[in-house]
Amino acid sequence: MPEKRKEVLVQVNGMPVTVPAGAMVSAALLQSNAPCRSSVTGQPRTALCGMGICFECRAVIDGVAHRRTCQIPCREGMVVETMQ
Amino acid sequence: MSSQHWDVLIVGAGPAGMAAAAAASQGGHRVAVLDENPAAGGQIWRRGWNDDEHKPDAARQAQTGKFVASGATLFHGRRVVAALAQGVLETWNDAENVGERFAYDKLILATGARERFLPFPGWTLPGVFGAGGLQALVRNGYDVRGKRVAVAGTGPLLMAIAAHLQEDGAKVLSICEQAPLSQLVSFATALLKRPGKILQGLSLRSSLRGVAYRTGSWPVAAYGAGQLEKVEFTDGKRRWEVDCDLLACGFHLVPNIELPALLGCALEDGCVRVDALQRTSVEHVFCAGEPTGVAGVDAALLQGEAAGLMAIGLTAQAQKLSARVASERGFGAAMEKAFRLRTEVLQMAAKDTIVCRCEDVCYGDLKALADGQNTWTDAKLQKRCGMGPCQGRVCGPAVEALFGWKNASVRPPIFPLPISALSSEPQLRTDSNSAALQEIQ
Ligand SMILES: Cc1cc2nc3c(=O)[nH]c(=O)nc-3n(C[C@H](O)[C@H](O)[C@H](O)COP(=O)(O)OP(=O)(O)OC[C@H]3O[C@@H](n4cnc5c(N)ncnc54)[C@H](O)[C@@H]3O)c2cc1C
Ligand code: FES
Repeated sequence: MPEKRKEVLVQVNGMPVTVPAGAMVSAALLQSNAPCRSSVTGQPRTALCGMGICFECRAVIDGVAHRRTCQIPCREGMVVETMQ
Repeated sequence: MSSQHWDVLIVGAGPAGMAAAAAASQGGHRVAVLDENPAAGGQIWRRGWNDDEHKPDAARQAQTGKFVASGATLFHGRRVVAALAQGVLETWNDAENVGERFAYDKLILATGARERFLPFPGWTLPGVFGAGGLQALVRNGYDVRGKRVAVAGTGPLLMAIAAHLQEDGAKVLSICEQAPLSQLVSFATALLKRPGKILQGLSLRSSLRGVAYRTGSWPVAAYGAGQLEKVEFTDGKRRWEVDCDLLACGFHLVPNIELPALLGCALEDGCVRVDALQRTSVEHVFCAGEPTGVAGVDAALLQGEAAGLMAIGLTAQAQKLSARVASERGFGAAMEKAFRLRTEVLQMAAKDTIVCRCEDVCYGDLKALADGQNTWTDAKLQKRCGMGPCQGRVCGPAVEALFGWKNASVRPPIFPLPISALSSEPQLRTDSNSAALQEIQ
């Protein structure tokens, strides 16, 4: 096993979530069990494609809504909110 | 406005694009590669947060080495969104909110493929992922250790994905492959002629010891209260349930032809039409890898190399690869045939099953339109099917399989842009706070 990995601390809906360095924001959301967004009829949704095409993983990152979280790396102190 | 000019511009840094860049960089040509991901590698060699814990992949290392040594410039994080002027592509960088322009003499399109999704009751529940989708999310840091995963759908990828998930600590319960065994046997016979591919298969098998591979079976429904709890499967005769945390489900791949179509490249059977030397119907534009037909990594590498050689005028050298390219494409055709969709998987959706996840359009509404001889344009206008931010990339291939509807046209931007991007000149940084997506209120 490699030595202990660097970790990154982000906030998801106000709760601290730790992910390995290099992880995308989608990982932090899945880890925290929070659905990313509500669909137009109010269903909870999470990431589907993992490659930036489905737009199901959208969330608010540092105040900016509709970011595709599977495409954006976590940065220390990032504030992530799901879209209800 | 500044824009950069390149002898050869390549879109896509997967195996095809990397091989193209290595070939085209010979003789001092200026070559740039654009890719939306943070690193080169494409789908199969997507960089993972814990790559150093996995066995190194020899083919990946060799290709990456050649790519880096070639001197080609990789512009990562750039998504090509439009081609407004002849010989120029417009890109958008989501993370930085910057648009740029890249001009070229020769263009190589190596945009790869995406998964095909088919709707079934419960497929929108959190916990249900694409098969390649879950693999990508795990490489992106999702921790699946100890999670019970059911794998389903179709295609040779299911096994590879299941093996990767096991290596990452998930407990794969079973793989349900919709194709019947009889169809797969002929494909396996074709595989026997290719020792390299068999070896890949064998090493997969060892990670999958003890995992049931059920051919001729497919999902009936996924259940759970707000989160996946179990999946019901059938083989057409009997039904059974699997308690699980995650379902990884994808129905093979569909080529990414949006950008080639936007540039006017002729299509054939849903793929970009190329000749034996990777030339498209548009002058100075070549295409390599999955957009020309899904045929796997070896085809992508050979086609990429041929396209790279052609782009710098080394026709004779490219011709030497033609026979091997044709043979790999034959393999792709055999694979498509072996994993063709059975009619039952086109009938999994119930009336109230969502087909278009962006706009929550249900199967029943679309079926009524299809029964009334309507087209996809009608479905778009009347039901908003395919009108959301994914622009039909998910529901498009599904409705094509379900109802035979084909997406009639591609318009720029081929990915939705923040409103700020529309009002700004490329190359200028824009205010990140105005990055609400167009088409989403
Ligand atoms: C989710 C997924 C997982 C897969 N996993 C495996 C696997 O584990 N093993 C295996 O053998 N095969 C796998 N495959 C199959 C794989 O596609 C091929 O084996 C091989 O990678 C094809 O190479 P390529 O270069 O043609 O395309 P790709 O590898 O798909 O590369 C295309 C690249 O172009 C980029 N791109 C596309 N459009 C644009 C644009 N407009 N702007 C900027 N960049 C763009 C994409 O992001 C991608 O990086 C997978 C496919 C998918 C869809
Ligand atoms: S998971 Fe599909 S776009 Fe992020």
